[in-house]
Amino acid sequence: MAVLFQKTKGLTDKETHYCPGCTHGIVHRLVAESLEELGVLGDAIGVCPVGCAVMAYDYFNCDMVEAPHGRAPAVATGIKRARPGNVVFTYQGDGDLAAIGTAETVHAAARGENLTVIFINNAIYGMTGGQMAPTTLPGQVTQTTPYGRDVNYSGFPVRVCELLREVDGVAYAERVAVNTVPHILKAKAAIKKAFRNQLDGKGFSIVEVLSTCPTNWGMTPVEALSWVEEKMISYYPLGVYIDRNVHHGGKEGQA
Amino acid sequence: MAKKYLMKGNEAMAEAALRAHCRHFFGYPITPQTEVAAYMAKRMPKLGGTYLQAESEIAAVNMVLGAAAAGVRAMTSSSSPGISLKTEGISYIAASDLPALIVNVMRGGPGLGGIQPSQSDYWQATKAPGHGDAQLLVYAPSSVQEMVDLTIRAFETAERYRMPAMLLADGMLGQMMEPVTFPDEVPLPADKPWALTGTKEQRDPNIVNSLYLTPSQLEAIVKDRFKRYELVKAREVLFEEYRMDGAEIVLVAYGATARICKAAVDAAREEGIPAGLFRPVTLWPFPEKELSAISGKAGQMLVVEMSMGQMVEDVRLAANGRCPVSFYGRTGGMIPSPGEIAAEIRKLAGMKGVD
Repeated sequence: MAVLFQKTKGLTDKETHYCPGCTHGIVHRLVAESLEELGVLGDAIGVCPVGCAVMAYDYFNCDMVEAPHGRAPAVATGIKRARPGNVVFTYQGDGDLAAIGTAETVHAAARGENLTVIFINNAIYGMTGGQMAPTTLPGQVTQTTPYGRDVNYSGFPVRVCELLREVDGVAYAERVAVNTVPHILKAKAAIKKAFRNQLDGKGFSIVEVLSTCPTNWGMTPVEALSWVEEKMISYYPLGVYIDRNVHHGGKEGQA
Repeated sequence: MAKKYLMKGNEAMAEAALRAHCRHFFGYPITPQTEVAAYMAKRMPKLGGTYLQAESEIAAVNMVLGAAAAGVRAMTSSSSPGISLKTEGISYIAASDLPALIVNVMRGGPGLGGIQPSQSDYWQATKAPGHGDAQLLVYAPSSVQEMVDLTIRAFETAERYRMPAMLLADGMLGQMMEPVTFPDEVPLPADKPWALTGTKEQRDPNIVNSLYLTPSQLEAIVKDRFKRYELVKAREVLFEEYRMDGAEIVLVAYGATARICKAAVDAAREEGIPAGLFRPVTLWPFPEKELSAISGKAGQMLVVEMSMGQMVEDVRLAANGRCPVSFYGRTGGMIPSPGEIAAEIRKLAGMKGVD
């Protein structure tokens, strides 16, 4: 009998700890499939964040390291500089990448580190139980914005792709979602491209994935998927923000 | 005979790291260790290595974490306020069982403090180099030659026990020039089967991690690490004794301060006072047994530090009441003079000074 579909060998057989309806599992699969399809699973080294994906080292079937909170791009920089022949990626949430690790993110991007960054934006701190994230929407109720995020008091959400578009070292920034099948297919293409860019030596590539957190949003999984469509995408428009080759080889492009 | 070079402490230490096959340096400028970065920036590209100026001390130490996890010899260097920022990464490096070298060219503190030599980070280096139950190997050079020798030794010992090492120098050692020699050859690092190299789909993934949510598992891992620390304590203690024959007043000092103490000991001996010097070279592991034995023989001990008195606590623990332990210190970047220390010795000997 012909095999039409099987689980990617980029994931281990370990059961994940993610909540029902959380889309981390989908993104894990897209990353793992991309590594397998590009034939680089054996070269891959992943960097885990602190947050819900902290135990991703148990799920990805490649060498993995656990970074301190927010430092994944710095840890990945150290790995890539030591082993430029390996495929190095970080997998980070919004608190990790856009709050405590903003400096590491922006400067890895500014250096044009030849890395692939998978950024999960679910507008909340999941692991610690639903506090305001740097990406929490205006008016959104969280444990630490119980009356809704008041931008005059708690400030505005950080739009990472828009921010990184202005950073010269960024080769590729795209925002995708995984709340519908068409969106998942686009997300897969973006993630694969972000890895292919690294193989082509193009520079810092980031894919921001709008993701769900039904548990901390207080919604059913289906309601959460709709919330992404109705609330998140309007604040965080999907699409390619930048796509270019920042490393032209040799000294070209240097002042 | 090996060729002699006249070099600044910071530059000699950087050159020693290169001779020890370190090809990955991640740093951030801070006085008084900036020559290290400048030296590395100049030499690394010629050796096919990496000098990278990070956006912060925090990023630099995490780059070291990444490079060390990837199996290469990696280091960072800084000075006191910068080391405070690195302590997060040091804790993770220790918890992930990674070898790496962190250099602290100490300056006066606390806070932004000053930029002159100090030894006020002893507690930080030996007691709390980050959160959690963890230790660092701590080497305290006392000459430019030791900046060289102990840098090489620190890399090798860190790898043998899979733990981070610190070279704890001070602004005086970093900035002064002395003739030094380098070993002809430093052995290449051993293979690291645990390193992140990519599985090549030939083996199970290697995971470098410090998270264990099951308390019994975390306890077992920490206890296992502490067994290794016991081995380090048994095998890796280094110290120097100076004019200890019949010494009744034993000075205890490390680093640059120990050099000044030697002059004070010489002056005291000339006056007929039986003084000697015990110099810990490793601050962790601390030469506890040796000091304990000395405390049973010496009439008294005098600890001299460029701080308000930090190592003195460990000396008192080692002496455990067998002899009185007094302290003399200067801080804030002030350096004790041989005369000041000799006066302290005379006081302890019950003699009037002839300053």
